[in-house]
Amino acid sequence: MRPVIRPIALCLCWLWLAGGLTACGQGSGDDATGTRPVLHYFTWSDYVGPEIIREFERREQVKVVIDTFSSNEELLAKLQSGATGYDVAVPSDFMVAIMIQQGLLTELDRTELSNASTLEPHLQSLPFDPERRYSVPYLWGTVGIGYDSRIIETPPDSWSILWDPRYKGRISMLNDQREVFGAVLRSMGQSMNSTDPQVIEAAKERLLRQKPLVKTYTSDHYDQLLASGEVVLAQGWGGPVARAMADRPSIRYVVPKEGATIWADCLVVLRTAPQKRLAMRFINYLMEPAVAARTSERLRFASASRLAREMVAASTRDNPAVYPPLDQLARLEWMRDVGKGIRLYDRAWTELKMQ
Amino acid sequence: MPSEESSRASAAAQASCRPFWLALPGLLWMTLFFLVPLLLVLAISFASRGTYGGILWEFTWANYLDLLHPLYGKILGQSLWYATLTTAICFVVGFPLAYVIARSPARWQPLWLLLVMLPFWTNFLVRTYAWMIILRQDGLANHLLLALGLISEPLELLYTPAAVVIGLVYGYLPFMVLPLYVAVERLDPALVEAAWDLYASRWAVWTRVVVPLTMPGIVGGCILVFIPSIGSFITPDLLGGARSMMIGNLIQHEYLVVRDWPLGSAVSFVLMAIVMAAVVLYYRQAGGADGSSEGR
Repeated sequence: MRPVIRPIALCLCWLWLAGGLTACGQGSGDDATGTRPVLHYFTWSDYVGPEIIREFERREQVKVVIDTFSSNEELLAKLQSGATGYDVAVPSDFMVAIMIQQGLLTELDRTELSNASTLEPHLQSLPFDPERRYSVPYLWGTVGIGYDSRIIETPPDSWSILWDPRYKGRISMLNDQREVFGAVLRSMGQSMNSTDPQVIEAAKERLLRQKPLVKTYTSDHYDQLLASGEVVLAQGWGGPVARAMADRPSIRYVVPKEGATIWADCLVVLRTAPQKRLAMRFINYLMEPAVAARTSERLRFASASRLAREMVAASTRDNPAVYPPLDQLARLEWMRDVGKGIRLYDRAWTELKMQ
Repeated sequence: MPSEESSRASAAAQASCRPFWLALPGLLWMTLFFLVPLLLVLAISFASRGTYGGILWEFTWANYLDLLHPLYGKILGQSLWYATLTTAICFVVGFPLAYVIARSPARWQPLWLLLVMLPFWTNFLVRTYAWMIILRQDGLANHLLLALGLISEPLELLYTPAAVVIGLVYGYLPFMVLPLYVAVERLDPALVEAAWDLYASRWAVWTRVVVPLTMPGIVGGCILVFIPSIGSFITPDLLGGARSMMIGNLIQHEYLVVRDWPLGSAVSFVLMAIVMAAVVLYYRQAGGADGSSEGR
């Protein structure tokens, strides 16, 4: 035993030393807060404009610490595991419903939220929180298909293009169970909120057939995959597709005719938030029309603020990947909390991912 | 002199006690932050899950029975295969490197070792992202191969099992090289010369002298590569694409995506059992090799 242990121990020492030194380098930035209040903002990866956060820090003499998640499920899992200390989070519509039901949210203080009342008409009263007691819609949009029009010459109008064997290995799907099942359910003529076990089973079968064509399931960097030509078809949110357009002008975005998701990511204050008042002011700041317009320009997502729409550049407003044309609303569907049905999706998604 | 005798004995007893007290902080740390969480995970693996996640404390074997589903076996087999392949490639690439470093002039050795360890000065995640850029369709690797005329159109590298193994070998090669270096450095060159003098063939020198005498380093290196490989999750997540899920990704998926902590805990324990079994197996082999080399 001993002759084996000794070299291992020795090497671990060296490597840990080498690794430890880099770790020290990373830690030093966080301690410079002094006595300023700290706001903890828990949001999607790639979902903040640093200069917008810096302006709030200057204005309020505070520090904003940002932490990120990459799916609604991850957000819920982290909060359920007892992660506290976050003040403001950005769940999507159906997750707002679950978080209200789970008692994770604090009622908003309307007197602090003067900017939260000038919303787009169709976002004024949403089914998951009709009186907006817990949430303020922040950014909204659709889920569709980003594609390279140089490779795919006839513009696709249906989800079925994602099952086309000609594009084998050049397709990416979102790494998001509700969105992936939502797309296939709509293509089957079903609601994306189905809780019928047979329907979900049939949807899973379709996705299993599609899997050999799929290069990767990702919610984080399909904009780069599209821009670099690694994939030519990507199921995705409009914003990243719009960002890919900037690098590769032949990228287009389509919301399939069978229907798709309309979503709204909402600003909420957590029940365990240490800085509730500051959190309200932060939400009000993000909804300030000028700030919201800048956010919209930068992230390439539509702002929920009606006044921001008038302030963004025409090229942003007229890009259907950023601002969904209002005539699409009829075929868009909100994702809902499916209650116990979520177990069916969980299981089917696990089986799909493991296959 | 009984008094002197007894004081000497008590001094000896004190001396033998002292190391124990010194170990207390470490023991306390390991108990609090390793053993307790581990027992907690074990307890959770027998609990069941609420509708939205969370843990219901109702005893059940269901999580372990769930793992009998062939799909879990497939993920496990895939992880074992990737880890074994990674270990084998690391050994084949690492041994000559370690040998050359250990036999190079003594004043150069620290420099070569520093170069082996240099990658650790950069965060692993960043280095894995760099591999994504190297391996993609219009990436460095394809440009190089095209320029050399080895291929006529870009290869599909990123998001394949090969990319996962490349990433794992890259990440864990230093863990193989360093213990091998230590072992080769201790190998007395006179013994190898003696083997040559006794007309041993190249193969016999290798299998009957070099390998048995460096066995501790070989086993150490293999363990250090195999264990992190089988549990890795960043590499398959970023380089692996749609069909390269490993057991680490499965655990992450159970915990963070479907919020089934009990099942995730059960998977973790099965992984731990496999790693333990592999380590015991390696040690047995190492012990056997040591013993037989003495016997010959």
